[in-house]
Amino acid sequence: MSQTIAKPIPVPDEITAPFFDGARASKLMLQHCAACDSWSFPVRERCPHCFSGTLQWRQASGRGTLYTFAIMHQVMNPGFASSVPYNVSQIDLEEGVRMVANVVGVANDALRIGMKLEAIFEDVGETVRIPKFRPAVG
Amino acid sequence: MANQPKGAIVGLGVTSMGKIYGRRSVDFAAEAIALALEDAGLTKNDVDGLLINANIPNDMDPRMQMALGFENLTLINVMNGYGSTAGAMMQYACMAISEGLAKTVVLVYADAPLTPSRGAGASYSGPHRFPLGGMAGLKAAYGDFGANLGYAMAAQRHMHLYGTTEDHLGIIAVGQRKWAQMSPWAQMKAPMTMEDHHNSRWIAQPLRLFDCCLVSNGAVAVIVTSAERARNLKQVPVNVLGYATASPGDNLNTARHPAVETGAKRSGEMAFRMAGVTREDIGTCQLYDCYTYTVLVTLEDYGFCAKGEGGPFVADGRLGPGGSLPTNTGGGQLSGYYMWAFTPLSEAVVQARGQGGARQAPRHDYVLVSGNGGILNFHSTLILSKHASG
Repeated sequence: MSQTIAKPIPVPDEITAPFFDGARASKLMLQHCAACDSWSFPVRERCPHCFSGTLQWRQASGRGTLYTFAIMHQVMNPGFASSVPYNVSQIDLEEGVRMVANVVGVANDALRIGMKLEAIFEDVGETVRIPKFRPAVG
Repeated sequence: MANQPKGAIVGLGVTSMGKIYGRRSVDFAAEAIALALEDAGLTKNDVDGLLINANIPNDMDPRMQMALGFENLTLINVMNGYGSTAGAMMQYACMAISEGLAKTVVLVYADAPLTPSRGAGASYSGPHRFPLGGMAGLKAAYGDFGANLGYAMAAQRHMHLYGTTEDHLGIIAVGQRKWAQMSPWAQMKAPMTMEDHHNSRWIAQPLRLFDCCLVSNGAVAVIVTSAERARNLKQVPVNVLGYATASPGDNLNTARHPAVETGAKRSGEMAFRMAGVTREDIGTCQLYDCYTYTVLVTLEDYGFCAKGEGGPFVADGRLGPGGSLPTNTGGGQLSGYYMWAFTPLSEAVVQARGQGGARQAPRHDYVLVSGNGGILNFHSTLILSKHASG
């Protein structure tokens, strides 16, 4: 009898809770600095541009382009044994941040740098959803 | 007025490298330091400075002072800029010597991640404790593990922008394997053709197995003192003429492109200016080569060719034996041994002295050494020479 080992499920913590709460509601929530009017990612306490402590959560557009990607063939975690080869991609969002995520809904060999993408949200556990990206519709 | 050397390397110790089991990092470190002292004609009691390079398993720590039995140190620290650290250690050693804080400083890197029970690819992968919280958990949920993916994404971006090909990466690996066959310390001696490279398995596409560095158990130590004192010691002094670090920071800002524009540009310009030499003076390069791509992008950023032309630049095999720019003449990290920036540093000492034997670069008056850490987030440059000025 074969048993599938689950992929690791992220555990929201105090500082990242708004990001994961947003994802559960299918919203891409990112931090925006009121002092210097810039977005940042990954989640942190202070703005990496101006060091202000006035980061506020805002809904991002979810729209971006594929900056680069790689196709992973190594199994570094048993939860991904049946997923290789899979892509890990960098997506440049309209807001000016570069996110690392998976692009879904397109074959790995059809990935093209510069292609337009949009965020979707995928359940990875009973209470956790995470953003992924797919080719933009229209 | 000619620039003065910042210090000089007077001793080099390199242990056996690779699948050597049953020894800890500190055991390898002790052997490398003993070899370096013998090479320098110095004794353990001469050592008053110990700079320890951190490593991934975190078993290089200040307690090494006691494990190695040093009781006379006026300078000790563990330093970590990942693969760029050796360059920063050299800066600290030379500045401390010139300030009179120490006379004889040992720089050491050791690592022993390989065990008989698991593959080399798993050496640095664990143990992870799942589940992971917050952003670390998010990365894991995407399957974003290890450095291979980050470098693969950087190489993919370069290929997209500039038309860099698998052949361009392959020729670097093939050339370095030829060099490795002439080095007594190298782990990988079997011949490698371009076809072998292209047939090696994907790790993280576009990088194949033969685009990726080795994993090694072993250690390297070098001994640094003042240039004046070095003249009276056993070996041809290897003068430190220029050093600089430049670290371009995060990859995750759309206004910046560290994947294809590294810290080599800024630290190279600083180090060349300090040394009073130009690229044309460099007879051989010893470049950090965690991946084939790292060599290619570093050559561009040092200005050996224009940005984006690294592929065509290396395509004629000029980095290999008989080529016009002998590079990574000990086989580098791809085919020699993986000791962070102590791989290029150790081979640079051999080449600057003229002790390379069959692999000696014909021109070796000035040797360029790079270090690189993170996913191209940290960079160091050294310019070394048997000459006391540029």
